[in-house]
Amino acid sequence: MKKRGKGVALIYYPTGMAGGGDTTQAFVKIKPDGGADLFLGSCEIGQGIKTVACQILSDELGIPYDQIVLHNSSTDDTGICTGTFASRVTYFAGNAVRAAAADARQQLFEYAALELGVTPSELSLQDNKIVVANEPNKSMTIAEIAGKVNWTMGKLILGKGNFWKEPGRIIDAENGQIDVITTLAYGATLAEVEVDTETGQVEVLKLTNVFDTGKTINPLLAEGQIDGGVVMGIGSTLMENANPYYPTDNLKPKTLGDYIIPTTMDVPPMQSFIVEYPSANGPYGAKGIGEMTANTASPAIANAIYDAIGVWINDIPVTPEKILKALESQNMA
Amino acid sequence: MTLVGERVPKYDGLGHVTGTTMYVDDHYIPGTLICKGLRSPVSRGKIKRLDTSLAEKLPGVAAVITAKDVPFNAYAGDWPVFPEEDICFKGQLLAAVAAVDEDTALEAISLIKIEIEEETPIFDVREAMKPGAPKIRPDGNLLKFGERDYYFTNQGDVEAGFKEADFVLEEEYFYPVAEHTPMEPQVSLAVPHPNGSLTVYTTSQCLYFHIGQLCAVLKLPFSKLNYVGATVGGGFGGKNDLHADPVTALLALKTGKPVKWRWTREEELNCSTVRGAWLMRIKDGVKNNGRIVAREMESTLDGGAYLSFNPYATTKHAYYAVGPYYIPNVRVITRCVFTNKVPSSSMRGFGVTPCSYAVEVHMEKIARKLGMDPFEFRMINALRKGEPTHTGSIPDSVAAIEVMQKLAESAGIKLPDKLMSMKSDERRL
Repeated sequence: MKKRGKGVALIYYPTGMAGGGDTTQAFVKIKPDGGADLFLGSCEIGQGIKTVACQILSDELGIPYDQIVLHNSSTDDTGICTGTFASRVTYFAGNAVRAAAADARQQLFEYAALELGVTPSELSLQDNKIVVANEPNKSMTIAEIAGKVNWTMGKLILGKGNFWKEPGRIIDAENGQIDVITTLAYGATLAEVEVDTETGQVEVLKLTNVFDTGKTINPLLAEGQIDGGVVMGIGSTLMENANPYYPTDNLKPKTLGDYIIPTTMDVPPMQSFIVEYPSANGPYGAKGIGEMTANTASPAIANAIYDAIGVWINDIPVTPEKILKALESQNMA
Repeated sequence: MTLVGERVPKYDGLGHVTGTTMYVDDHYIPGTLICKGLRSPVSRGKIKRLDTSLAEKLPGVAAVITAKDVPFNAYAGDWPVFPEEDICFKGQLLAAVAAVDEDTALEAISLIKIEIEEETPIFDVREAMKPGAPKIRPDGNLLKFGERDYYFTNQGDVEAGFKEADFVLEEEYFYPVAEHTPMEPQVSLAVPHPNGSLTVYTTSQCLYFHIGQLCAVLKLPFSKLNYVGATVGGGFGGKNDLHADPVTALLALKTGKPVKWRWTREEELNCSTVRGAWLMRIKDGVKNNGRIVAREMESTLDGGAYLSFNPYATTKHAYYAVGPYYIPNVRVITRCVFTNKVPSSSMRGFGVTPCSYAVEVHMEKIARKLGMDPFEFRMINALRKGEPTHTGSIPDSVAAIEVMQKLAESAGIKLPDKLMSMKSDERRL
């Protein structure tokens, strides 16, 4: 018999390393034609930090996105980024790039102020131009001022910035309390499943997901994170076990034919929604959602299985064998 | 024009979809030697003899290295590049070869003579924790946190909380070992330069986290190592450990030639770090009105053979064991126990994924026992602005209630007005 059920799960996930004491550094060089080189030590693992960093720099400096070159490929060329882990890079690198951009912008304003005969505080960025407050006709493009500074003054504009998180402050040593939180993001999933009580097969019919990004820097990339993370959660729940005879390591999988992970054919209909509850100190309020998207599907599916057949899943992955054994002991009880 | 918030296409996306992005294995340098490793066939034992002389004499072999070739033989805390004597897990690297091609390298590996005195491995964390269990590490089988062999974070008075409760629910949960399964396995290419410096092309998720570790192994200053990479074919936490780099770097320095090592899928699945298994016990004290007033949680991580990121996963699990709820009385104890298995390390969700699973299934059980709607049960226990987490922190952003409201609305579930009008910003009544 096929039985259907629904289950929900609610989670939080911290942005950044528990305990802090880590940094990301960025620096930007203004090219003589008004483009920019952005040097950032953050590794790209597919999540999109290159894109996000260039979007932020473009907005902060008024330099078109396609005139920014990102350099992140070597330790000789970049400053420190502690790493692309702990859902930390958009938050840390985003802040570092903003700080580097602010430094470069201040230098651009100082040179532009000399050219325009005003003080730097009278200047602002508008439509990729440096303009004088209350005198809209008095302006210079970034390309004009960059050319002047580089070619006729021979100077280099180099902006630098970083984001540093202080090590966690001990609140109550006796109770092991320590302020480890940079910020928290939230997520929830509703799973709808169908369980075949004859074969023990579980089919995920639909997943509805909500994740809190604080502020989405790039919806395309955030949606990609959600799709990938949720599907990884399905794999953990229904397929993956690297030690099938745990606690021994007998008969470990040796090929991707033994260690099955989800493919696009295993992706159920999904509806995902992003909400934005800003963090206090992230860039534009952003939080990290890299890891948390993999955490909601497992409990939601397990809870949906209970709703369908009245059997609790206390250990995953949920194999047909496990379902059938549980149903058997349920019948005997 | 502002780009923040816009659907800007991926900076390097066109390269990925046209197959032109350069990954480590796509770098080809003439004269590159191919590396292969000899791995332990046993889970625990002592190396009695390791004779590489025949392998070294095979035509086409440039170098064979073992523990004696490593200037500082530990990374990720205490993980030796090659063990001096003690083998701690099946698949552990014992020696490596650089040769003109893959076939020669494999043949050379088969010519290495090794004698191992096999010892009884400890696989089960419960066995490893028993007093008098054979020590598989010099410090003992439990990870030390100062004087203690466990980590903890408490809030309030958990005994008083249980007394106040109308009922208690205690259950055990298990989260299995997982492999990251990136499309791109561990690959490393080390290129030596005439001035004694090296360029290492790698799959790292964290070049600057790794440069310190690799320079320590090689006893070289940062100026002698340019670490190149930063475009990774899938990480998921599996590229936060050095894996292949110390070996290619040592072989490149020894031979003066570029050396490349690409792990097989079998090596990736069996010999790279994993997410360790977690055993978790949750005991909650609950009032009939649906409030959880006490939680005791005790979790054990199977750390495998070496430290790696295990200490971090153990503490992070303790910090986030409660979930997005306010429970006034909490006691969390986490342990990391070492066993004769491949080392556990970082993986997406880092100690939190297992407790998110256990806590949310446990929450559902309580809701069912109470006969309360699962949304309502979670929302009345959800963290409110100004309330501390059990670590004593006051989070800057609280939105668990709002996320549940959005989920209900999006899934077409009609929640009662009292739930839809609830706010994280409003104080708990």
